[in-house]
Amino acid sequence: MHGPLTILPLRVSGLGFVKGDKSLLDGVSFDLRHGERSVILGPNGAGKSLTLRLCHGLLKPNSGRIDWNGQAAAEGRRSHAMVFQRPVLLRRSAAANLTHALSLLDLPRRERKERARAALERFGLTELADRPARVLSGGEQQRLALARAWALRPQVLFLDEPTAALDPAATKAIEDAIQTFHREGVKIVMTTHDLGQAKRIADEVLFLHQGRLLEQTPAEEFFKAPRSPEAAAFLTGDLLW
Amino acid sequence: MDGGAFTTAFHLIVSLDPTLGGIVALSLRVTLTAVLVSCLIGLPVGAALAMGRFPGRSFVVVFFNALMGLPPVVAGLVVYLMLSRSGPLGDLGLLFTPTAMIVAQTALILPIVVSLTRQVVEDLWKEYEEQLRSLGATSMRAIPTLLWDGRFSLLTAVLAGFGRASAEVGAVLIVGGNIAGHTRTMTTAIALETARGDLALALGLGIILLAITLVLNAGAFFTGRLAQRASG
Repeated sequence: MHGPLTILPLRVSGLGFVKGDKSLLDGVSFDLRHGERSVILGPNGAGKSLTLRLCHGLLKPNSGRIDWNGQAAAEGRRSHAMVFQRPVLLRRSAAANLTHALSLLDLPRRERKERARAALERFGLTELADRPARVLSGGEQQRLALARAWALRPQVLFLDEPTAALDPAATKAIEDAIQTFHREGVKIVMTTHDLGQAKRIADEVLFLHQGRLLEQTPAEEFFKAPRSPEAAAFLTGDLLW
Repeated sequence: MDGGAFTTAFHLIVSLDPTLGGIVALSLRVTLTAVLVSCLIGLPVGAALAMGRFPGRSFVVVFFNALMGLPPVVAGLVVYLMLSRSGPLGDLGLLFTPTAMIVAQTALILPIVVSLTRQVVEDLWKEYEEQLRSLGATSMRAIPTLLWDGRFSLLTAVLAGFGRASAEVGAVLIVGGNIAGHTRTMTTAIALETARGDLALALGLGIILLAITLVLNAGAFFTGRLAQRASG
């Protein structure tokens, strides 16, 4: 249902981002392929969220390139969606939040309604369709944000610490939802600082430290024997910055 | 002041005195039209000012903020000069008509609507920008979304505008001329009748003016709160 997969691989080369005179990201290069759940790990301030925002096109890099299947960044727009740590929902009903997002795709009104209905059902939110989005619980809000992303039918889903503000039960629901995306063939790219979550979700790990990518390793190998000493220190809880 | 004025004022109101009714109706027509026109212009302009980045933007922002404190008599004087026979718009023959009063009151309300809209939209855009851009919205495309999501705060801007317009005397007096049955509003009538010593009519109008303001504000406040509760 998500159409032919055309925008992957995502090829990032020599990505750099400077704020003021501080280099926040420097020479980051990686390829992301279809099918694997990629988790970006690293201590606070490593540049995880920044990397996602750059890939998603919310920020422009100071150096480097982002290519979607050989095309410049702007071309792949609308084929990838993003879910933020704190969901930003509009001051209207849950269903209206979805139809609003779909209206930005210039879909006909009937299709917006149909897709919104399907998305709410998919994520168990049908009963909350007419409730104001802002009064939903944190977990429900994040599930609604995921439903909104799902309704856009992206090929790639970026998630920026989607469960950082949630309790364990809500976290479980969000992780289940992420697996739903994965099963349907959506490429998952997610940041987290929760090692347990990374182990549950990751097929491969990209480890960032102080704005540099230190390794991109299959998950099993990363958690058993990371290649970089910084990652090893991070896994034992000794590396905080 | 004799207590008889209150009795007479009360009698004028309950008997639906036609003169009084005409004055009230004209006042409402002028002020509500000015509010409507100000919103039609001020909401999009305020939102565009919030989202746009152009040279001189800060100057425009300060300009509209300062205009919020424009003395009504000065607004009236400027509109008078524009509309008077020898003025640039003199050929329209609008001076001393209700239309001229609408123009003058719009000049008073518009800065309020523009400035408050800009503030509301700017704050909301800070909160929504990443999400809306992620969904593919350009800043122009985001404006209707932001105006709708800011509707409860914007209602306050509209009420402030209504309050300013319905309460002022100076502007409508200068450009309307306080002509009985034609351009006499509640505030100009109050000023005139007080000067002439007809305290009953002045008092009756004062009570009605207060009541209208109170009812409108209460109505807006409670519907706003209900709607807010219903939509989060």
